[in-house]
Amino acid sequence: MGRYLIRRLIQAIPVLIGATFLIYWLSFKLPGDPIQALAGEKKADPLVAAMLREKYHLNDSFLSQYWNYISNLFQGNFGETLTGRSVWDKITEAFPYTMNLAIVAFLIEAVVGVLAGIMAALRRGKFLDQLVLLSTLLVISIPVFVSGFILQLTLGVQLKNSWGIDFFPVSFNENDGIRAYLLPALVLASTSLAYVARLTRTSLMETMRADYVRTATAKGLPRRRVVGRHALRNALIPIVTFLGADLGSLMGGAVITEKIFNIHGIGGLLAESVYRKEGTVIVGVVSLLIIVYLVANLIVDLLYAVLDPRIRYA
Amino acid sequence: MRETTTVGDELTDTKTAGAPSTSGTVGNTPGKKAKKEREASLWSDAVSDLRRNPIFLIGSALVLLLVVLSAVPQWFTPDSPFTAGACQLQDSLKKPSADHWFGFDVQGCDVYTRTVWAARNSIIVGIVTTALVIVVGGALGLLAGWVGGLVDSLLSRFTEIFFAIPLLLGGMLIMSGLGKGNAWTVSIVLATLGWPQIFRIMRSSVLQNKNNDYVVAARALGAGTWRITMRHILPNAIAPVIVVGAISLGVYIGAEAALSYLGIGVQPPGISWGLMVSDASVRWLQAPHVLLFPAAALSITVLAFIMVGDAVRDALDPKLR
Amino acid sequence: MTTISKTSNVPAPRSAPEGTPLLEVRDLHVEFHTRDGVAKAVNGVSYSVNAGETLAVLGESGSGKSVTAQAIMGILDMPPGKIPHGEILFQGQDLLKLPAEDFRKIRGQKIAMIFQDALSSLNPVHTVGAQLGEMFRVHRGMSKKDATAKAVELMDRVKIPAAKARVGDYPHQFSGGMRQRIMIAMAMALEPDLIIADEPTTALDVTVQAQVMDLLAELQREMNMGLILITHDLGVVADVADKIAVMYGGRIVENAPVHEIYKRPAHPYTRGLLDSIPRLDQKGQELYAIKGLPPNLLNIPSGCAFNPRCPKAQDICRTDVPVLHQVTERDGSELPGRGSACHFWKEQIHG
Repeated sequence: MGRYLIRRLIQAIPVLIGATFLIYWLSFKLPGDPIQALAGEKKADPLVAAMLREKYHLNDSFLSQYWNYISNLFQGNFGETLTGRSVWDKITEAFPYTMNLAIVAFLIEAVVGVLAGIMAALRRGKFLDQLVLLSTLLVISIPVFVSGFILQLTLGVQLKNSWGIDFFPVSFNENDGIRAYLLPALVLASTSLAYVARLTRTSLMETMRADYVRTATAKGLPRRRVVGRHALRNALIPIVTFLGADLGSLMGGAVITEKIFNIHGIGGLLAESVYRKEGTVIVGVVSLLIIVYLVANLIVDLLYAVLDPRIRYA
Repeated sequence: MRETTTVGDELTDTKTAGAPSTSGTVGNTPGKKAKKEREASLWSDAVSDLRRNPIFLIGSALVLLLVVLSAVPQWFTPDSPFTAGACQLQDSLKKPSADHWFGFDVQGCDVYTRTVWAARNSIIVGIVTTALVIVVGGALGLLAGWVGGLVDSLLSRFTEIFFAIPLLLGGMLIMSGLGKGNAWTVSIVLATLGWPQIFRIMRSSVLQNKNNDYVVAARALGAGTWRITMRHILPNAIAPVIVVGAISLGVYIGAEAALSYLGIGVQPPGISWGLMVSDASVRWLQAPHVLLFPAAALSITVLAFIMVGDAVRDALDPKLR
Repeated sequence: MTTISKTSNVPAPRSAPEGTPLLEVRDLHVEFHTRDGVAKAVNGVSYSVNAGETLAVLGESGSGKSVTAQAIMGILDMPPGKIPHGEILFQGQDLLKLPAEDFRKIRGQKIAMIFQDALSSLNPVHTVGAQLGEMFRVHRGMSKKDATAKAVELMDRVKIPAAKARVGDYPHQFSGGMRQRIMIAMAMALEPDLIIADEPTTALDVTVQAQVMDLLAELQREMNMGLILITHDLGVVADVADKIAVMYGGRIVENAPVHEIYKRPAHPYTRGLLDSIPRLDQKGQELYAIKGLPPNLLNIPSGCAFNPRCPKAQDICRTDVPVLHQVTERDGSELPGRGSACHFWKEQIHG
């Protein structure tokens, strides 16, 4: 197990380097001059500009700039913005919002999605099954920025106006605690939730037809036990894979939700940095997301071994 | 790497408990012939299944309508949003009426006309992206699966890099780099980030089939790589590629709208549903119609493609029957 | 040997009159409603098993032998399966009319089943100890510890070496023969009255087949259980079975005590099956094979289902469904337990 872990971590390094390289190259290629962008409308002072260029190695070749960056990154140094602020500080300012949002969304997606899928699979072809199939199809089709507005209007505004229930704040305010995240997280989770429900349904339906489930029935076990202990345990394996990979995409996909609900997470930070051509911030944010993605995938693989004893890591 | 000990694979082959074989053929003739027949019946079963499936029929009717809509929008609306004076500010945010079914937006432009004309960009993005993804991902996947070894490892690592980059964030960056936001650049961006999906399908399909008895036999009989690929590998990969292609066509259309909504996709004066929603979102509590009509058009379009893909997948997957 | 007290949570069978068989299937019909039409898998099967007796049900795949067993076990997928007609009397009570919960309690406790492919029939993610112990935990309410102890006992009984050390292993860690022994142990766990073994040795190596079959027969004798042995292998049957029912196209085509059928089959299909067994004394000759394919259950041939493949078919075979005739000697004296569903059974047995 230990050796497997080390090997996986070593394998992750080229992916991380490749991805940062790509992102760095893309932000290097962004049109426009970052120093000029810093100065805004007026003409940048040539002396100051030259000094900044020197300080931030902007005159160096792309490769040397990248090398500079990546070697700092591996020492845990995310670098500075052109205004001298630590990139790490900027990221840690924004990151918790996105992280919280993604975690709440992840929980909603996992719990509601799996439950809906189980109910649909056990009532195959019945009303509830059709309802789950139809509603998930709709949810998958409606883009997040549309469902965001719809939920904001229905759960946020109308619930308050016509029923007096002010449970879902329309715009984000940290002081509301976890309640502040509920509506945005629901919006963020919606598409994945629908996928999880469908995947759970298919997977459980398939395992319900497995020979060992038939054996469990023949043993005279109560249906609850047949489904819960024998079918579901096996059906969960592909769902865990999906959920693990999805944690990363939830964080990456939070941009839109953050815009709708005015949350100052990494989406906003990234948009701002692209506008200001601040390559260091862009690469820092994306690297962090890639690390989340890689770690989540690693955890999934390890969970696999727990869920399925046939899998052994060597 | 992950390894399954002993013959765990048998488990994936779920048998239909209880249902007896209705065809009544005993034993299976090994080799190409049985394979061919199985495939033929898979497709003909699927076609007869689809013809009776209302989801497929509705979905493909919608797809057809959308394609016509994007090819010749002038059949559906007398006005063009691009003619001078198409928008009159005095009409700003007017509600839907008998003459103007969808009302007017904040600029005083007819929402119906714009919604109809916006279909073109969505369909272009969907089709072009999917085509690019299938060509690039398919070719590389085929290469990785056939050649194996170092080429396979390198290509697989390379796809992992793209998998790790979040679609929207990567899209944001590449679009800003490309500068010009129109249907074509958006397609290139989405394809750049989307091809690894098809790569994986293609690669695993090749790996699955290249050691099958009938492929080994064909090779032993002297069939060349090209012939084996064309006759055995591609036909097997087509089903999952079609399914994923149809579904992701819808997803790409949604992604284009998302990029445009974020202001980094199609740029004005281009028209996109995502852009329309973004413009309408500022005043959307006073004038919801300006947002809802393009949003509904977008949702229906995505829905149509997903319905088709979903129905095809169900028809091709005998396990789910 | 373990003695397990039969607890009272089993629904008490209505007092069955003396001489009632342990299990009696009467005119059972099973059909599957598929997208292509109605597949008639079982078309009026009747057979019975007594305590301590072994009935071998013989037939090709699709003959309805497994479906009948699944109907008895109550594990048919319904829908698409449907039982339009028939009775399954177990110790005098009709299982088909039993409330689901009562039927469940009979499964595993009174009737148990051994499946063909132990690898796929055992749950890959639970240890064999847990899967064996589950019988005692669910049906006997035992603690986890006691159930595991019972599991070890069972594994010992089916002669799995180092049972104690292996009770925590997973199914894939055992060999095929050992896995089938675990299946047998699971079926025997609560000392049921009836065991249905659905091709228990088909998936095994020939060398292991005999061992597993012997074990099954030994346990059956010890516990005086009824056994229904489903197989397509006539070789397996001869040693263990008391009587044979041959099925074809969802019907029983021949009934006979085991040794008589080898000597004098009364149905052309049985004849064909016997002729297709390789024999040492006919070395060098071409092996006989029944021509054609088993019937399509969606569209069973009119008349006798076997007629398209029968070398002796006449016009009547294509129009009239033969009933199960009582088979007699040439002089008319009764042959007990023998029946044949062939219009020309006399010619077949005496010809």
